[in-house]
Amino acid sequence: MGASDRVFAQYTLNRGRLVRAGKLALQFCKAHSAMKLPKSGRILVGVLGSVALAVGACSLLAWREVLDPIEPPAAHDFDAASVRRGAQLAALGDCGPCHTRSQGEALAGGRPIATPFGTIFSTNITPDPQTGIGRWSRAAFRRAMREGVDREGRHLYPAFPYDHFTLVSDADDAALYAYLMTRRPIRAQAQENHLTFPMNVRWVVAAWKLWFFRQGPYQSDAAHDRQWNQGAYLANGLAHCGACHTPRNRFGAENPSQGFAGTETDGWYAYAIDSAAHARVRWDAKALNVYLHYGWHDQHGVALGPMAEVTAGLGDVPDGDRTAIAVYVASLMNPPRLPAAGKAPSGQASSGDGERIYTATCAQCHDGTRPLPFGGVQLELSTAVTGDSAINLVNVVLNGLRPSEGAAGPIMPGFASALTDTQLDALMSYLRMHFAGKAPWPAAIERVREARRRARD
Amino acid sequence: MIDLTVNGQTHGIDADPDTPLLYVLREDLQLNAAKFGCGLGQCGACTVLVDGAPALACVIPIMLLAGKQITTLEGIGTLEDPAPIQQAFMEEQAAQCGFCIAGMMMRAQALLQANPRASDAEIRAHLQPNLCRCGTHLRILRAVHRAAALILSGHPAATHAAGASGQAGGAAGPDRHGSDGPSPAAPEDRLRPDDRDLSRHPQQRERPER
Repeated sequence: MGASDRVFAQYTLNRGRLVRAGKLALQFCKAHSAMKLPKSGRILVGVLGSVALAVGACSLLAWREVLDPIEPPAAHDFDAASVRRGAQLAALGDCGPCHTRSQGEALAGGRPIATPFGTIFSTNITPDPQTGIGRWSRAAFRRAMREGVDREGRHLYPAFPYDHFTLVSDADDAALYAYLMTRRPIRAQAQENHLTFPMNVRWVVAAWKLWFFRQGPYQSDAAHDRQWNQGAYLANGLAHCGACHTPRNRFGAENPSQGFAGTETDGWYAYAIDSAAHARVRWDAKALNVYLHYGWHDQHGVALGPMAEVTAGLGDVPDGDRTAIAVYVASLMNPPRLPAAGKAPSGQASSGDGERIYTATCAQCHDGTRPLPFGGVQLELSTAVTGDSAINLVNVVLNGLRPSEGAAGPIMPGFASALTDTQLDALMSYLRMHFAGKAPWPAAIERVREARRRARD
Repeated sequence: MIDLTVNGQTHGIDADPDTPLLYVLREDLQLNAAKFGCGLGQCGACTVLVDGAPALACVIPIMLLAGKQITTLEGIGTLEDPAPIQQAFMEEQAAQCGFCIAGMMMRAQALLQANPRASDAEIRAHLQPNLCRCGTHLRILRAVHRAAALILSGHPAATHAAGASGQAGGAAGPDRHGSDGPSPAAPEDRLRPDDRDLSRHPQQRERPER
């Protein structure tokens, strides 16, 4: 469906209101054409009329009805199986990390989400009647997921990834609703977003949707089997992989022609997971399943940054769902672009300080005999070293790795206080040349300074 | 020969540049507070400060440290004149076997130097890399809160120890006793109510003077 079709569909939806508005406008014009006004007055009326018409049309296109508040349902209104499935789906959809602020109550919102247009704060999705979604009916919840509109009819910002959640089936939405409505209600007022004009105007989101939003639910692809379709449904829908792994255009919308092509968001690089994926050892469905389950794989390394939150959630979902995602994503990846494992010829990569720092500091874990998770990954296997962006390597060397809260996983100490910017720059040059066989990243030292600034803020 | 500045004093160290800092501290400089735990930077027993930030001495070769300020537990206070963090750990009897405690104190010191008003959640998150096998975590947390209160109430540790004549404990680093804070919050106020009822060592009853 093209953009114009969507405009038409939206138009049809609001046709009745548009027709009424048009008749009014016509009457207005007729009435005023009969008036005797000087030329400048007529121009003024024309301009004002056009502006009024445009604003009116936008408001009408953007208008959504308020759905009636309900009495907050009781826990026994939901069956246990739905709640259980909802918990798994919430883990798959990673609801918790975004809807929980640092050290805050689970799902009570308040986490700042940085966007190029300003900061958006996640909302309270506990069933608190005043500040959460306690008065949302199932229909209101489904509309938020499917159309990105809240109970009161306001368009939601796509920081809430309804461009993916729209694919979620009615049954899964119902299970998610059952899970969320049976959580402990927490009173926590959503913080005001810090957005610049015109992004702070809600109906601008309606215009955004006309061009960039395709409503679901997911349509099965008959060319593939049930498992692949389940994986595609989850990865593109609830799990919203593309929200990080797909580059966005300047309007903040994912670029459909670059699905899963890899991009940097908020100080971390989400690698390509399409045919451009590069890893020394080819990813397959089995390796992906292990990685998504535990957060590390001995031939690929450890999930970093936001991906560590994702894998912590995926550890709790049924193997069938995780395997389906792994099968689907593996099908998108072609053989890797890099040559098979092997270090660059020695001599080519001797980089003085960098090599000495590696040998003295990193090698005991990364070049030892202990495999992951007790030792470090062999660095020629690490996408953080072989990939296109330096930022993940910078982040992990400075700040180390910790398992997510409550999860088991590999640990790496951070070296922020031990390494100067120059020392880290020399180390990265060496790693890049020696283990990736590539030229050092340009301006890597700038990325180091940037990462230190971010850690301080 | 590498020049290392430890607790404000510069030492010429004649060791292989690959040598981990911890070995030099313990064997060459006889500074034995920092402990060898795992040797892999995973337990935190060897935590010291490098330029005021926590660092794991067992995995940092001395070649990286020329020109940087290294602070060990010996550098922030002495038995006679303990720093607030040391005073607080004693008052809360936060050690059981004690092996992790030097590292715990140094990591907490880094946090309180930067922010003596750190919240309980911030303290917990900050101490997360340091492990304790005995399970004295609640006492450790109480001790860090107590140290924060001591710092905010303005160096009570210096006047607390009756025997101390007030002289600074020798090779105190530049970060001695953390920062001064204007608000004299009582140590009790920093403790969460549910922590107060836990049994305490008798020494606990002696409150620091303010």
